[in-house]
Amino acid sequence: MTPPFADELNLRLCHRCKYACSLDRDRHRCSRCNALLHRRKPDAIARTWALLLAAFVFYVPANVLPILRTTALQHDSTTTILGSVVDLWQDGAWDIAVIIFVASVVVPVAKFLILAFLLVTVQRRSRGSCRERTQLYRGLELIGYWSMLDVFVVGLLAALVQFGVLGDIEPRLGILFFGLVVVLTMMATLTFDSRLIWDAVKDER
Amino acid sequence: MSDDDVNKTEQSPPPAEPEVRERRWHLPLVWIVPLVAVIVGLSMMVRAWQQSGPVIEITFETAEGLKPNQTPVQYRNVVIGNVTGVSLGEARQQVVATVELSKEADAFTREDTRFWVVRPRIGATGISGLGTLFSGDFIAADPGNSSGHAERFEGLESPPPITYGEPGKRFQLQAEDLGSLTIGSPVYYRSVQVGQVVSYQLDKQGNGVNVEVFVSEPHDRFVSGNTRFWNTSGLDLDLGVDGVQVHMQSLVSLVTGGIAFGTPLVNSLDTMGAEEDSRFRLFDDRGTALAPEKGEPERIRMRFAQSLRGLEEGAPVDFQGKNIGEVSRITLDYDESDQTFPVVVDAIMYPKLMGRAYDKFQQSQQSQESQNNGPKPSQSAIRELFETLVGRGLRAEARTANLLTGKLFIALEFYPDADKTNIRRHAQTMVIPTRTTSLDRIQAQLTTLVDRISKIPIESISANLDGSLRDIRQTLTQMNDDVLPASLATLEGIDKLTLAMGEALGSAAEALGEDSPQREQLQQALTEVERMSRSVRSLSDYFRRHPEALIRGRQERQNRDDLRP
Repeated sequence: MTPPFADELNLRLCHRCKYACSLDRDRHRCSRCNALLHRRKPDAIARTWALLLAAFVFYVPANVLPILRTTALQHDSTTTILGSVVDLWQDGAWDIAVIIFVASVVVPVAKFLILAFLLVTVQRRSRGSCRERTQLYRGLELIGYWSMLDVFVVGLLAALVQFGVLGDIEPRLGILFFGLVVVLTMMATLTFDSRLIWDAVKDER
Repeated sequence: MSDDDVNKTEQSPPPAEPEVRERRWHLPLVWIVPLVAVIVGLSMMVRAWQQSGPVIEITFETAEGLKPNQTPVQYRNVVIGNVTGVSLGEARQQVVATVELSKEADAFTREDTRFWVVRPRIGATGISGLGTLFSGDFIAADPGNSSGHAERFEGLESPPPITYGEPGKRFQLQAEDLGSLTIGSPVYYRSVQVGQVVSYQLDKQGNGVNVEVFVSEPHDRFVSGNTRFWNTSGLDLDLGVDGVQVHMQSLVSLVTGGIAFGTPLVNSLDTMGAEEDSRFRLFDDRGTALAPEKGEPERIRMRFAQSLRGLEEGAPVDFQGKNIGEVSRITLDYDESDQTFPVVVDAIMYPKLMGRAYDKFQQSQQSQESQNNGPKPSQSAIRELFETLVGRGLRAEARTANLLTGKLFIALEFYPDADKTNIRRHAQTMVIPTRTTSLDRIQAQLTTLVDRISKIPIESISANLDGSLRDIRQTLTQMNDDVLPASLATLEGIDKLTLAMGEALGSAAEALGEDSPQREQLQQALTEVERMSRSVRSLSDYFRRHPEALIRGRQERQNRDDLRP
């Protein structure tokens, strides 16, 4: 026997202050912070899809375009994300290679896949393993900003390595797209409403 | 966002109307985000496609220094493309570098465009490409002039010494041996570098090497049809009859070889610049290159009865001090009649090197021929000349050219006192009679001198001398014993006499002393005499002027003026 839903108790959660408003008192605004009340996040699925797709589109140039330009003693080289991973691996720094690979490839791809999976299951009103899907979503929220690691690394390097003729590191367009990917996936995660996962259960009831 | 426009009244009683108003058709604004993303992505793709230039493939021997996406293609240090891939060729004999050129680098797809990898290398013209030590290797390009375009190119293994469009001329040199020349070896004119070796290849028959040199503008006009090229490779240490001569063009040519050219002053009528791709002979050294034209060679042979140590093949043959040929072969012969080993020296002589003498002789010969109505070949004319010369005492002689090195040379000199001989002829060679070297003759004279000295009877001479000395000693002892005492007594007598004389002289000196009365009297007497003579003189003067005074006596004041001088 599952516990009752908020709807059934005529309650609605304020998105801003998380106050459980009683619809009996005020149907539109939070009685505590006066924010508009929604049953679910508005247009959650469409917005998440949109942001996810945008992130996916940006993920292509983020990987194709170089993220860094290293100038060391006139030796010019540009690095893409995957290229740097391969280089680091070949240079023997496999630990750093793994970190960068996880942060910049595994995590974003995982986010795409998980979000897409959640969206699809919600739209199909699947009822199975709701708990696990919710856990997936929580995990998604948790790891989201770790993808910014790359952006931070590039930013730090570009700021620190400015030795003129001896060596110079400049960020390249790729990192901008990568940052956009991270931001967009995080936004997509935020716009997704995890309660939608359970709605199918309610409908069944 | 669709339900933003709810009523704005606060705490108003809830309307009884529907809970949420929804538009029937609505496109969430959020879809703008992926739309923008797609537009951005598409625009980037379009831009990349617009910027992408031709893709070409260049084959190299090795992919050393070529890294995909890192190795640029440069022209005058401007990046015009990038290596996008490096792979093995079909037969694994080569590597193929795929190069993406930028859009404006269209000229670099011309058929005769050349590509090469710039690496640090120590080349003919010094060290090049040092910058690539830090920047990494890159592919350099030299756009061609051809109208056709290609997609596959053969990369050069070394940078081309001359890039297209450089003004100047190419010349073909034929050398017997390449020496230490390489591509890029410098070409000098008066020790100024004016060009370099562009390429070389063996003759088709393998008889020589064809060297192609490039002389840049404006120095190419110094190459005329008369110009001689010679090899200045390395250090030219010439231990000839003139002593040690060291020729060196520059340190670069010491390492990489080099070519120099010059134009001999004589007969320099052809001073116009030579045509492109003109053919020249590459001489081995400056001396042979700038030597005047030799003309027809003439073989001569000489038989020497002496050792010719120091005579080498190539030693000069002098005629009256002028070099007119060189020794070509030295062999040993055996003379059965007197069982000796004469040295046979073959030499090549260039009569033309005799210069004006030869010309004059030929002219006289020609005039003779015109009289005889029978033209003779010039070779027999030369022989005739030498016949007459030998008849007048021309002899060959091996002389020391350099006492330090002991080198010999052959001198043709006149010895009018020499025995009369005739020139002998051997098929193609003239046999010129020889004479023993003056030095050898001195040697012989010295030997006879030493012989004579050794014949002198030194022992008997010394015995005689000994006896004479003994006699002398005897005579001396006699003198000591007898003659000396007598002479002593004589000397004593002389001593006494001297004393007496000294006394006499002392009294005489006393008489003539400074304050002696005798001296004073003498002085007075002398003064008297002086006065007397003066008056006598005036008297005589008076009488000369007035001879009548002898009769009339002296007349006062009559002619006073006469007395004035």
